[in-house]
Amino acid sequence: MPESLLFGFALAAFSPLIHRFARGATGWVMGALVAGLTVRFALYVPAITAGNPVRTCWAWVPPLGVNVSFYLDGLSLLFALLICGIGSLVAIYAGGSLRGHPQLGRFYLYLLAFMTSMLGVVLADNLLTLYVFWELTSLTSYLLIGFNHEDSRARQAALQALLVTVAGGLAMLAGFVLLGLAGGSFEISVLSGRGPALREHATYLPLLALILAGAFTKSAQFPFHFWLPNAMVAPTPVSAYLHSSTMVKAGVYLLARLSPVLADTAAWTAALSTVGAVTMVIGATLALLHTDLKRILAYTTISVLGGLTLLLGLGTSSAVVAAMALLVAHALYKAALFLVAGNVDHATGIRDVRQASGLARVMPITAAAAVLAAMSNAGVPASFGFISKELIYEAIWGLSARGLPLLAATFLANALLVTTAILVGVRPFFGRRTAMPHMPHETPIALWLGPLVLALGGLVLGLVPARTEPMLAAAATAVEGQPAHPHLALWPGFNVVLALSAVTVLGGIGLYLAWERVRRVVPLATITRFGADRGYDLTLEAMLRFGTLQTRVLQSGYLRFYLIIIILTVVSLAGWALLKGEGVVKLLAGRWPSIYEWIIAGLVPLAALLAILSQSRLTAVIALGTVGYGLALLYLLYGAPDLAMTQFAIETLTVVLFVLVVYRLPPLVRFANWPSRVRDAMVALAGGALMTGLLLAATARPGASSLSPFYAEHSLSDAYGRNVVNVILVDFRALDTLGEITVLTVAAIGVHALLRLLPGRKGPRL
Amino acid sequence: MRVLLVLPILVPLVTTVALLLAWGRRGLHRRISLAGAIALLAAAVGLLVSVWRHGILATQMGGWPAPFGITLVADLFGAIMVVLGGLMGLAVIVYSLASIDRGRERFGYHPLLHGLLMGVCGAFLTGDIFNLYVWFEVMLISSFVLLALGGEQAQLEGSIKYVALNLLSSALFLSAVGILYGTAGTLNMADLSQRLSAADRPTLVTAMAMLFLVAFGIKAAVFPLFFWLPASYHTPPVAVSAIFAGLLTKVGVYALIRVFTLLFVQDPAFTHNLILLIAGFTMVTGVLGAAVQGELRRILSFHIVSQIGYMVMGLGLLTVAGLAGSIFYIIHHIIVKTNLFLVSGVVHRLGGSYQLSELGGLYRVRAWLAVLFLIPALSLAGIPPLSGFWAKLMLIRAGLESGRGTIVAVALGVSLLTLYSMTKIWAEVFWKAPPGKQSEPAPRKPAAHERLRPRDRLLLYGPVAALATLTVLIGLWAAPVFALAERAAEQLTHPAGYIAAVLAERP
Repeated sequence: MPESLLFGFALAAFSPLIHRFARGATGWVMGALVAGLTVRFALYVPAITAGNPVRTCWAWVPPLGVNVSFYLDGLSLLFALLICGIGSLVAIYAGGSLRGHPQLGRFYLYLLAFMTSMLGVVLADNLLTLYVFWELTSLTSYLLIGFNHEDSRARQAALQALLVTVAGGLAMLAGFVLLGLAGGSFEISVLSGRGPALREHATYLPLLALILAGAFTKSAQFPFHFWLPNAMVAPTPVSAYLHSSTMVKAGVYLLARLSPVLADTAAWTAALSTVGAVTMVIGATLALLHTDLKRILAYTTISVLGGLTLLLGLGTSSAVVAAMALLVAHALYKAALFLVAGNVDHATGIRDVRQASGLARVMPITAAAAVLAAMSNAGVPASFGFISKELIYEAIWGLSARGLPLLAATFLANALLVTTAILVGVRPFFGRRTAMPHMPHETPIALWLGPLVLALGGLVLGLVPARTEPMLAAAATAVEGQPAHPHLALWPGFNVVLALSAVTVLGGIGLYLAWERVRRVVPLATITRFGADRGYDLTLEAMLRFGTLQTRVLQSGYLRFYLIIIILTVVSLAGWALLKGEGVVKLLAGRWPSIYEWIIAGLVPLAALLAILSQSRLTAVIALGTVGYGLALLYLLYGAPDLAMTQFAIETLTVVLFVLVVYRLPPLVRFANWPSRVRDAMVALAGGALMTGLLLAATARPGASSLSPFYAEHSLSDAYGRNVVNVILVDFRALDTLGEITVLTVAAIGVHALLRLLPGRKGPRL
Repeated sequence: MRVLLVLPILVPLVTTVALLLAWGRRGLHRRISLAGAIALLAAAVGLLVSVWRHGILATQMGGWPAPFGITLVADLFGAIMVVLGGLMGLAVIVYSLASIDRGRERFGYHPLLHGLLMGVCGAFLTGDIFNLYVWFEVMLISSFVLLALGGEQAQLEGSIKYVALNLLSSALFLSAVGILYGTAGTLNMADLSQRLSAADRPTLVTAMAMLFLVAFGIKAAVFPLFFWLPASYHTPPVAVSAIFAGLLTKVGVYALIRVFTLLFVQDPAFTHNLILLIAGFTMVTGVLGAAVQGELRRILSFHIVSQIGYMVMGLGLLTVAGLAGSIFYIIHHIIVKTNLFLVSGVVHRLGGSYQLSELGGLYRVRAWLAVLFLIPALSLAGIPPLSGFWAKLMLIRAGLESGRGTIVAVALGVSLLTLYSMTKIWAEVFWKAPPGKQSEPAPRKPAAHERLRPRDRLLLYGPVAALATLTVLIGLWAAPVFALAERAAEQLTHPAGYIAAVLAERP
C-alpha cells in the first residue's frame, strides 16, 4: 500500500518526461498504469471483505505523534478503488480532451500528484499524516483549477477554492491536535477504540467543531459550498475527477472515518443532519436555476454531498449503508455526466443546456452513456442509483416521527435531482437539432470510453447488487465500528419506500416540464447577491481595506512618528511594570544624590533645553558641548578623573568638528508647528522621566559590584598595568575593544564609500 | 575543542582583515570572500557537532575567570544560530558573485559582509551582556554601511530610518545594561541569572526587563516597533536584503529568547504573557501589511515581521515544546526567507521589475524557477510536508498543550493569510500573462535579453536550489531537526547547565 503511493508520486514526477516521449499516447499510458494500480487494490478485496484490515507504520517524527502509518479496511479500500478506477478513466479522457495542449505534461503531474495525495488521505491512519495529504489535495486542486492560468477567472476560482479548503484544513489541524492530545494517540485505529472516553472529554466540543470545519469546507457544505461551482472553470477532467467524484468526498470520508471516534452524540447528529439537509436542498435548488451544464452538475454534487453528510449524521446502521451505496452510485454517474458534458462542449462548443439538443444522432455513444448515467442519477429501477435511493428512503423512513422534516427535505432534493438528471443527461440529446458553433460529431474513443464505462458500471452494479454487498458491508463495518449486514435487492417489492421513489421520479419529471417557468420566476441574480460567494468577496475586501488602513497608520513613512511610538512603548511598558509592583516611592527609598550632583543634574537639562530652543546651529552645538561637559563633571565627582579627561577631550573635539561642518550647512529652518512641538516635548519628557526614575531607583540601593575589587586587585599583579581602566580595555575585556575597533574600521569604509561611490558611476547591477 | 568557540568570530575577522589588505583587487576579493564564507560554515558546523556531542561549551577570553573577563559560550541554540549564519553567509556570497556590481565590490562590499557575519556570530556566542552590545554595534554599523553602499536616493532614505531607529534601540540596550550592572554588579549572563533570581527588588528587575524587551524588540522587528524593517529592506541590492532578511531580525529574536529564558524569568505571568500578546499582534499586523503590498520585496519584508511573531510565540509560552517550536521556526524561516529574497532577485533579473503588476508569464517559460519559488513560498505558508509545516505544527501543539487557544487561532489565521500572499505572488509573477503582451503569442523560449550567462545561472540558481533542497529535506526528515530543536529548548528552560558551564569553567 505505501508502495502504491510511492508509485503514484513517482509517476506524477516523471509524467512531463513520459509525455515528452509518448506525446499523443500519454493518456493511454497513464490510464494503463493507473489501471494497474486499481488492480493492485482490487487484489486486497478478498482479505478486506473477510475482515482482515492491513496496517503499516513507519516513524516520522515520533515525539510529535507523527507516523507514516496506513490502514486499509473496507472504507479506505472502497475509496481507493474509486480513486484509482475513475482516475485511470479520467487520465485516458484527459489525453483526448487536452490533446496538443502545451502544458499537458504538467497537467498529468498535477493530476497524478492529486490522485496519490487523495489515496494518501484515505489510507492514512495517522491524523497528521492524513492532514499532510489533505493539504496536498488542496494544493494540487489549486494548480488544476488554475490550469488555464492566463485566464483571470481561473486564477480567482483557484484561489477561492484554496483559501476556503485550507482555512477549513487549518481548523481541522487544530482539531486533530486537540483530538490527539485528548486521546493520547494520533493513530485513528487506536482512537477508534477510545471513542466513549473521548466523547466525554472536556475538549470534545471544540475539537468536533474544528474537525467539522475541515470536513465541511472540503466537501462544500453550506455555507462553504460556493467555491465548488466556481471551480468549474477547470478543465473537464478535473471537474469530473476532483470536484465530483473524489476530492470533495474527502470531507465525507473524514466524517465516516472518525465516526467510531466522534459520532453518536447530540452535537454530532444535530450538526451533521442540519448542515447536510440544508446543503442537500440548497444545492439541488440552485442546480435547477443554472443553465451551464457544468454548473448544474456542480450544484447537484453539492446536494449529494449534503445527503452523504446527513446520512453519516444519522449514523444508524441503515443510514451508513445507504451512505456507502450513494457514494458509489454518485461517483459513477456524476463522473460520467461530467465527462459527457465535456464531450458536448468538445463536440459542439456549447455548455448552455438550453442550446444543446438533438445530439443523439451524431453522438450516439456519448448519448447512451449520458442516458444510462442520468437513469442512475434519477434513481430509475435497474440502476445502482435506484438501489441507493431506496436505501436512503428506508434509512430515513425508519426514523419515525422525528425524521419527517428530513424525509421531506430528502424527497424534495431527490425530485430536483431527477429534474437535473433529465436536463443534463437527456435533454441535449433529443429533440430538434439547432445551430451550433462547431459541426457536432462523435468524439474519439478516448473521450467516450470513460463515460460509457462509468455509466455501464452503474447499470451492472444495479443489476447484480448482491455482488457489491461484501464491499459495502466492509465499508459500513469500518464506519459503524461493528459488523454491518446490508441487504441490497434489485427489486425491493411493493412498499412505502418504493412508492416514495416512484413519486420522486414523477415529481422530478413534472418539475422538468415546468423548468422554464420556474427559472423565470426565481430571481437568480438576487440570490447570488446575498449568497455566500458574495460573503467571501466582502470578507476578502474588508481584510484588504483593514490591511491598508492599519499599514498606513503604523508604517506612516515619518521617522518622527516611529520614534514617538517606540518611546511611548518603552514608557508605558516599563511604567506599567513599575506601577503594578511595589510602587515607585518604595523603589526610590535609599541613597539620594548629593547637592553637587543636583547642581550638575540641573545644568545638563538646561543646556539640552537651550540646544533645542536656540535658533542658531552654533549655539546649539555649544549647548550640546555643555551637556557633555556636565557629564564629564559627574565622572569627576565619582572619582574617575581619567574617564572625565577622555570625555572632555571628546566633547571638545566634537564641538570643533561640528562647528566646521555647521559652517557649510544652509540656515536652520523650523518645520514643526507648535502643537507638534508640544507633543514631541511631552513624549521626550515622559522618556526622560522614565530613565531618570529608573536610574534613581537603581542607584538608590546599588548592588555591590563583584568586578571592581577583582580588577583593582589583579590589574597590576596579573595584568601588569597600573591604570585599571586601561587594563580593563586591553586585557580584562579586550574582546569588547576588538569589537569597537571593528566598528570604527567599518565606519571608515562607510565614510569612504559614501563619499566616493555615487550612483551612476557603476556597472550593471541586480 | 574550545578553539571552535573562537573560530566563528575569528574566521570572519581574519577574512575582513585579508580583504582590507587586498583593497582594490576585485578578483582577489571575490576569492577571499568565498573562501572565508566556506571556512566560517565549516567552523560553525564543527562547533554544532561538538556541542551536540559534549554539551554546552564555554571558554574565557584572555584566561580571566568568569565573571571577570568575557565568556564565550555555545549552547545548542547558539550553535544552531551560528551554523545558520554561516550557511546564509555562504549562500548570499555565492549569489553576490553574480549579482553585485563592480562599484560596490570595489568599495568594500565583501569586507562589510564579513564584518556583519562577525557581529552576528559574536552575538550568538557571547556570554556577556555588554559584549553582546558590542556585537550589536558591529552588526549595526556593517549593516548600515551595506544598506547605504551605492548611495542611491531610496537607499539613503531607507538607511537613515534604519540607523536612527536602531541607534535608539542601542541607546535603550546600553541604558538597560548600565542599570542592570548598577543593580546586580555583574555583566556575565550566567552570573546575572543567579543574582537576578535572588534579587530583592523584583519590580526594578521587571522594569529593566521591559527596557530589554523594547531594545531587542526593535532589533527583532516586533509590533509596534518594526518600522525600520519595511522602510529599508527593499532598498539595497537583493543579496543584501537577503542576508538581512535571514539574519538581522533573528539576532534580535535570539537576544530576546536568551534574556527571557536566562535572566528575566521572575515574573512570567507578566513578562511572558506580554510577549505572547506582542507575538499575536506582530503576526497579524505583519501579514496584513504584506497582503496589501504590490512589490515583491516589500511583501517579503512584511512577512518577516509576521513570522517574527511565531518565533516569539514559543518564547511567550515558555515551555520546552514552545521554545523548541520557536527554534525550529527560526531554522526554517532563515533558510526560506533568505531564499525567497534570492528568488525575487532572479525574478527581477528576468522580468525587469519587482512590481507585481509589471511582471508575469514566468510559469510558461521558466518552469524550474517556478518550482524554486513554490518550495520556499509554500514552506513559508506552512504547507506540508515542507519545513514550515513542522514549525507551525510544533507551535500549535505547544500552544494547545498550554491551553492558549487564542494565540493558536491567531497563528492559524495568519498562516492562511500568508498563503494568500504567496499565491498572490505566484498568480501575478508566474501565472498571469506578461503585461502588455496578451495579444502576442507567448514565446516558448525566453527572449535573448532575459537569458542569463551560464556562469551567472550557476551562481544565482545554485544557492537558491541548495536552500530549496534543504527546505524539502527538513520537511521530509524532520525528526533530526526536531530532536536538535527540542534539546536546545531543554537547555534553555533549564539554565542550570548553562550557568554551570560558564561559571565552573576555569582556565
